Amino acid sequence: MRNDNASYQDGAFFQRDRAWHPPAFTPEYKTSVLRSPQKALLSLGNTISEMTGPVFGHDMLGPLDNDLIRNYATTGDPIGPRIIVYGRVLDENARPVPGALVEFWQANAGGRYRHKKETYLAAIDPNFGGCGRTITDEEGRYWFRTIKPGAYPWPNGVNDWRPAHIHFSVFGHAFAQRLITQMYFEGDPMIWQCPIVMSIPSREAVETLVAALDRAASLPMDTLAYKFDIVLRGSRATMFENRKEGN
Amino acid sequence: MVQKLGRLKESPSQTAGPYVHIGTNPNFIGIHGLYAADLGSETVPEAVRGERIVVTGRVFDGGGNILKDALIEIWQADADGLYPGRGEHRGAADPAFTGWARQPVDGVTGDFRFETIKPGSAPYFDGRPMAPHITFWIVARGINIGLHTRLYFGDEEEANATDPVLTRIEHRGRVPTLIAARSDDSGQPTYTFDIHLQGDKETVFFDI
Repeated sequence: MRNDNASYQDGAFFQRDRAWHPPAFTPEYKTSVLRSPQKALLSLGNTISEMTGPVFGHDMLGPLDNDLIRNYATTGDPIGPRIIVYGRVLDENARPVPGALVEFWQANAGGRYRHKKETYLAAIDPNFGGCGRTITDEEGRYWFRTIKPGAYPWPNGVNDWRPAHIHFSVFGHAFAQRLITQMYFEGDPMIWQCPIVMSIPSREAVETLVAALDRAASLPMDTLAYKFDIVLRGSRATMFENRKEGN
Repeated sequence: MVQKLGRLKESPSQTAGPYVHIGTNPNFIGIHGLYAADLGSETVPEAVRGERIVVTGRVFDGGGNILKDALIEIWQADADGLYPGRGEHRGAADPAFTGWARQPVDGVTGDFRFETIKPGSAPYFDGRPMAPHITFWIVARGINIGLHTRLYFGDEEEANATDPVLTRIEHRGRVPTLIAARSDDSGQPTYTFDIHLQGDKETVFFDI
């Protein structure tokens, strides 16, 4: 049952660039102050426990899981600009990650979440639930349809507002790749005024979370499109192999 | 100048936020009709081999407050130490077992609870056996990047004593933060694993 050392090392993931990600302690984002570990993380070369990951099959998906315009609607379509969000899940070797479960959630067009702990006075939209999911295809592609979420105020600074955003949760092929992040919209000036966005150390890194408006992919008289690629950690295994991952 | 490596940078993490349940556990917060059940909340099927256990605990912040909004995922091997899913090349894991589960903490008490099986031992990358363990991944509002840690079992003293990961922890006083005590009082083996994000009892988190 024992594999030799080399076979494990071959599949190890590149060291995560912690300077690229937000640090744990970002006092401008106040909730992080008491929720941030202060001791050094224990560096752990990948073992089989991190290099493996759960599989999610297309059979778990409902037909409307990637259509937030229709998956909760009862009396009509939700209010707001109709958009398509599409892109690819890639690894750091720029290889597609097929079979990746992508989950997304968001506020409605008025900036209101459907959550019992949400108190913002903007109206609930009876036809908008605000969540969906999909699984990437063989080329790592995904897409979903939704309405563009609104900005909203949040209790941090006295007058802090979140830019319009969509939350993403992504499973790659290994638990070491597990990632939750947020997508922002091209041209939004509020991105650069948000303490959560600014927890990311560099402007260059933030820009990788800003989806590009793609007029060519838009549906005339119907829906605007935004392109948002997501990059998960790469491994030495995917550097050298020719077959597609996940087979 | 030299040639470019052409690699991409990993997408930077952002907090899961206070409303993560909308995306991951809509039924838990009363959004019904989208998914039949919240993903990761399924019961471990009867057919799965292994000792049935309960894993429970709470997540504390640096002020000793219990988090009411955290989300926890676990990932583990089957009873023979084989991982289901992708990346396992040593053999086929128990086909009835997914190895993965996800639970929000209770919105009032902050308790989390997983009903699972006790995993077997899997090898470290140099072939030495690791003590049985469950990988934990914790996200919440105020956590900027998901936290990885491991639960080890309090009744595996011998295996824990030689575990290649536990023995690497320089500050020996921190090792107990990864070890869950077992109780059989409820009739079901129950391991309690409290997670401390910060402070004197700060859990050992991993950079994997």
